[in-house]
Amino acid sequence: MVEFWTCTLGLSLLLYVLLDGFDLGVGMLFPFAPSETARRHMLGAIAPVWDGNETWLVISATVLFGAFPLVYSVLLSAFYLPLLVMLLALILRGVAFEFRYKAVRMRRVWDAGFVAGSYAASFVQGMTMGALVQEIPIRAGLYTGGSFGWYSPFALICGGGLCLGYAMLGAGWITYKTEEDVRAFGYRILPWLLAGVLAVLAITFVYALRLDLRVIHRWTERPVLLIFPAIGVVACGGMILAVRRRSDLTPFLMGAAIFCAAFATLAISFVPYMIPFSVTIAEAVAPHSSLSFMFWGAGLFALPLTLAYTLVVYVAFKGKVSGPAEYHQGA
Amino acid sequence: MDLSALLLSRLQFAFTISFHIIFPAFTIGLAAWLACLEGLSLGTGRPVYRRLFDFWLRIFGIAFGLGVVSGIVMAFQFGTNWSELSRRTGPIQGGLLAYESFTAFAVEASFFGVLMFGRNRVPKWLYFFSTVMVALGTSMSSFWILVNNSWMQWPVGYEMDATGVFNPTDWMAIIFSPVVWVRFPHMMLAAYVTSAFCVSATGAWYLLRGICRAEARMMLRMGLGLAAVLVPAQLFIGHLTGDYVHDKQPAKFAAIEARWHNEQPAAEVLIAWPDPDNERNLYSISVPYLGSLIGSMSLSSMEVGLTTFPVSLRPPVQIPFFAFRIMVGCGLLMLGLAWLGTMLQILGSLERQRWLLWAIFLSFPLGFIATLTGWFTAEVGRQPWTVYGQLLTADAATPFLTSSQVATSLVLFGMVYALIFLAGTVYIYRLLKQGIVPLPALADSDTNPKRPMAIPGDSPGAPPSPVPVAEA
Repeated sequence: MVEFWTCTLGLSLLLYVLLDGFDLGVGMLFPFAPSETARRHMLGAIAPVWDGNETWLVISATVLFGAFPLVYSVLLSAFYLPLLVMLLALILRGVAFEFRYKAVRMRRVWDAGFVAGSYAASFVQGMTMGALVQEIPIRAGLYTGGSFGWYSPFALICGGGLCLGYAMLGAGWITYKTEEDVRAFGYRILPWLLAGVLAVLAITFVYALRLDLRVIHRWTERPVLLIFPAIGVVACGGMILAVRRRSDLTPFLMGAAIFCAAFATLAISFVPYMIPFSVTIAEAVAPHSSLSFMFWGAGLFALPLTLAYTLVVYVAFKGKVSGPAEYHQGA
Repeated sequence: MDLSALLLSRLQFAFTISFHIIFPAFTIGLAAWLACLEGLSLGTGRPVYRRLFDFWLRIFGIAFGLGVVSGIVMAFQFGTNWSELSRRTGPIQGGLLAYESFTAFAVEASFFGVLMFGRNRVPKWLYFFSTVMVALGTSMSSFWILVNNSWMQWPVGYEMDATGVFNPTDWMAIIFSPVVWVRFPHMMLAAYVTSAFCVSATGAWYLLRGICRAEARMMLRMGLGLAAVLVPAQLFIGHLTGDYVHDKQPAKFAAIEARWHNEQPAAEVLIAWPDPDNERNLYSISVPYLGSLIGSMSLSSMEVGLTTFPVSLRPPVQIPFFAFRIMVGCGLLMLGLAWLGTMLQILGSLERQRWLLWAIFLSFPLGFIATLTGWFTAEVGRQPWTVYGQLLTADAATPFLTSSQVATSLVLFGMVYALIFLAGTVYIYRLLKQGIVPLPALADSDTNPKRPMAIPGDSPGAPPSPVPVAEA
């Protein structure tokens, strides 16, 4: 049971990062699009799927609440202000998306909300990850860091890094879903974004060495972890090749592989901790009666159904976005 | 945590959840209404049902979207502002809310997709099945919320461990708690009545303006007819809800009645200005014996007063007292409108009574007001407890939150919610005002399953065009 819910949580978080990652990325690239038609195509490329992607965030939050209440209570309260920013950003971004085509005079306002929301949500998520890697102060199961305990230069760099990473996924999605000038735009910026991601990774690595973070020691203790950076390197090579050969879907897949590698590296170096390095999975987990109650309905039926449904939506909307009328013909 | 941070956190929770409940209160009933229309359309083949269905589907889509967006905030708020509550009750509340989000997303969202874009892609029976599933999904969603809230009102089926964590021992007792089974029907009826009045009000509005007469009559007939049956049922279930409060939460009951001292036999305070400082009522109008009759169905029973409880364990009096009276007042008003309207409709003279049409048109907020004030009564009346009798609200909050943090979040939530609420209402208003116009066959790409708010139609900024034609 514990393993099942740990894996479910990991899976829903990973799905969230990969799926909402690319649509947040498209949102961040939105202001740099070459034309209004290009902007429409970019929106058309994520329109059918973006709020399905966000449901994985809600599912992660409620699974955390039900299966690991201690982690839910500690993390959400510790990151009070960042989470506030993220929630508001996601709301503004969500409604902006839809209201854009219903507005006449307000379109610029909704566009601004869409772009700013995409940046803010991505940055906060990266910063939270950075703060966790660097460890937040927790004593006896209570966060003790105050209002800004999550703040550090290291966390800020991670925030910027995740923005670049999501933008890279977004650019990969653009080359897969669009044609002509938008597709060319995607190919043009992909190498730059990849270079940016690698540069930030290098900086954080050196910085982490200098700060002597505990996570670094994990890598010397568990050399098997080196497999994942190796996979990441191969994926980077694959992406460069794919950009050269103009292979439309591959850049996104390679980007996703890089994210999976990074996710696995972090997840495995944290085990058995859930909040590194203060709260373990065993300490945080809810009693067996809660886990099995959730398992027999939500875990066994609703989760596979949701996964299947996600798959169906992606299959139903596969292929290129084409023609200016693809999204909102009445607009 | 300092006191003002606690108060601000309570205000923030009250604000965000009150904002949220408006949309489910509307969509639960609308989903059932849509399923009913689609069934009638299939059964009778009359085009008026289909036109009504298409029209209300667009409004349903917007309300559903705003409900989803404001619901995401709720999934986080237990952890951000109420970390002690979530740490201690997570094994119970977390599981129940996990069921809620899985049902909401797995059942509602998938069949909602078929509803919004599947008309021409799936067989008729499957489309009808989807409307039923959406209605069922919204009901299940509210069922889990009510199980969760009823557990906070009357905690059962748990054991508390040494660190204060509530560990579930009997899920059947939690789910089949008697409190759930009066409060869940109470909420469902509230939602149905709210939607029934919105539909009737729209019908009355169109008749007053002389547009869409056939559809308007149908809306009035169905809306008022349903309300004429459901409002009395709701008053009865409401009375049962009062019984559980009387037996299980005597302090809340005394606050609702503004009864300060034990009385035998007890009088019923109809209206007054409760004065908590001096533990008395000013300007009170009361009926002798009625208090005992309502509380215990007898003319001689002893009814408990607030002074039985130490001051620190008494709920605030004024909010439950007035909220309850506003709720009952709205209920009685709706009963009168529904019965009178239905009667005149049977006699065939409703359309000549323009004053009554005006009254029905203006009655659209009554259901929302009654739902909100009902929740205010239940939640404020439970204070000072979050989990009744077990966990004080002051001990449930995040211990280290500062008032400046919560003030910031409250102001920002207020601004953003005001903005999206305004935009959403304007859009719904424009759709309603425009009336039921024949829609051209819309291409499938206009809407899609996972985007409830992307409804084809006019821009809120643009003047409504008589026929919204797809340009493609």
